[in-house]
Amino acid sequence: MTTQAPTAGRTARGSAGRGAPRGGPRLRLPRRGPANAALRAERWAGLVLASPALVVFTVFMFIPLALTFWYSLHRYSGFGRMRWIGTENYRNIASDSTFWKALLNTVLYTAITVPIGIALGLGAALLLNRVMPGRGLWRALVYVPVVISGVASGIIFLRLFDPITGILNQLFTGVGLPAVDWQGSGTAALVSVIIVTTWQGIGFGMVVYLSGLQGIPGELYEAGAVDGAVGWRRFWYITWPMLAPTTFFLVVYSIIGSFQVFDVVYVLTRGGPGTSTTFLVQYAYDQGFNQRRQGYAAAIGVIIYVIVLLFTIAQWRLSRGRDEA
Amino acid sequence: MTPPAEVEEPTKAREGGIPQSRRVVLTRLAVAVLGVLVLMFPMYWMIRTSLASTAELSDLPVPLWPQEWLWRNYVEPWKAYPFARWLTNSVVIAALSVTLTLAINLCAGYAFAKLRFPLRNVLFLLIISTLMVPVQVIMVPQFQIVIDLNLLNSTWGVVLPRLAEAFGLFMARQFFLGIPDELIEAARVDGAGHLRTFFSIVLPLSKPLIAALVIFTFMWRWNEFVWPLIVLTDPNAYTLPVGLQFLISQFSTNFGPLLAMSFLSILPMLLVFAVFQRYFVEGVARTGLK
Repeated sequence: MTTQAPTAGRTARGSAGRGAPRGGPRLRLPRRGPANAALRAERWAGLVLASPALVVFTVFMFIPLALTFWYSLHRYSGFGRMRWIGTENYRNIASDSTFWKALLNTVLYTAITVPIGIALGLGAALLLNRVMPGRGLWRALVYVPVVISGVASGIIFLRLFDPITGILNQLFTGVGLPAVDWQGSGTAALVSVIIVTTWQGIGFGMVVYLSGLQGIPGELYEAGAVDGAVGWRRFWYITWPMLAPTTFFLVVYSIIGSFQVFDVVYVLTRGGPGTSTTFLVQYAYDQGFNQRRQGYAAAIGVIIYVIVLLFTIAQWRLSRGRDEA
Repeated sequence: MTPPAEVEEPTKAREGGIPQSRRVVLTRLAVAVLGVLVLMFPMYWMIRTSLASTAELSDLPVPLWPQEWLWRNYVEPWKAYPFARWLTNSVVIAALSVTLTLAINLCAGYAFAKLRFPLRNVLFLLIISTLMVPVQVIMVPQFQIVIDLNLLNSTWGVVLPRLAEAFGLFMARQFFLGIPDELIEAARVDGAGHLRTFFSIVLPLSKPLIAALVIFTFMWRWNEFVWPLIVLTDPNAYTLPVGLQFLISQFSTNFGPLLAMSFLSILPMLLVFAVFQRYFVEGVARTGLK
């Protein structure tokens, strides 16, 4: 709770922004004093309704989270005894070049896919927001890749990327470009992963932006038109600023998603060639379930968790700062 | 500068009060059709390849239209691998997950939104803080717990751990916050208990929430890969995505049957999408930004 300085601006914002109920029925019972029967009934009902979720979250989320920290301080193969080794896993990670490569790959992948995905999603939304024949059908078709499993998407593109008989390389050589060894060279493999995950994600970005566009009042455009805001100016001075919260949400959502990308990479490249498409989660999976170094994998998990957590705190701070600006 | 196209003969087609000329509409339409064609090409190519023989696929350039219709690409792998079994497993896992996720999240969402009980806010914050925990972070101990509970290779081993996902609970709470307190209080004044109020007054109002939860839970659980891959080691217990990745090694570069099976594995999801696509889109809008 912050102490509210009763300045005019603050009060105006407060009444506008916090007018919505903050949760919970406004009880007409005395807040302090003896808990009466009605209050007891409400507590009981609340606990009964919440308990299945609380049990599930305790057993399958909170305990595993705590255990992840615990395992990360041990050497453990998944069978037999765990051996306490303190911070050795973390010290080994610090000097593990594959880990650093995986972190670099993850960051690089995120830095490339997020802006591309946002731009294409926005483009599709702007295009399909206006009245045109068959609009609903085009929207639905753009969304189709979103509902397809990552494994199936990977297989579909495995065929398209085939170095000899794949249609992409036929297209390339057909117009005089050199054939690309999609799975054989590091850069091409990373590009192939980016192409597939972008293909999968455009529909989601489009739908989120469409709902954002719906929230822009038409009068703004009419007023803008009077002031000469048409074409690109209309976009830069009205649409884009009004979409800022939508963009912000999508950036956060996409960054978190790109730190978790797994199935497409698993099918398409298995992290290779070498370590050129090894991302953090691939590396954790490989260490834990192929190399049977569960303690080491848990330590990588802790690091992923810390990164996502720091990022979440940062975006939360940023969004609050922006709201109050 | 005003592009000339914007001012000539404004049609009635407008959104947000912006007039569009016929030429602009046609240009937009052309771009949309072209974009959709590019995006849909991989889907077409999957179906086209699924009907082709290996010989046809190595005959360069591969013809754009199938020269023969090789239905045995569908029939033979279906017979050779427990594909029907994988389909059943996927259906069972998705159905169980949807039912349980819905039950848990609707109840808890209502409790966290509308009922006061001890530690309510602390517990909610704790749960919400897990919203961004990637499954890979906790999969090592989760796997251990599944082994300890003797659930390896079982449906429950896939279903139960993934119920601890904060997204649905968050969505449900947000939705219930939007239901006016007066409505609930009115039911209470009429003598309905808290549980009765929830089940007979609030739930019937929650159809949009239920639709969105069903659709997203179904889609996520149907397509889920890494967790079933870890828990299910017996090929008979596989789900479709896990079975599909198993087929990659079986067929190697024999793409015809592999893509036939890929298509079969996504067909149920495509049908669900075709029927409910309006709700998919509304669901994203609801969950994404509210």
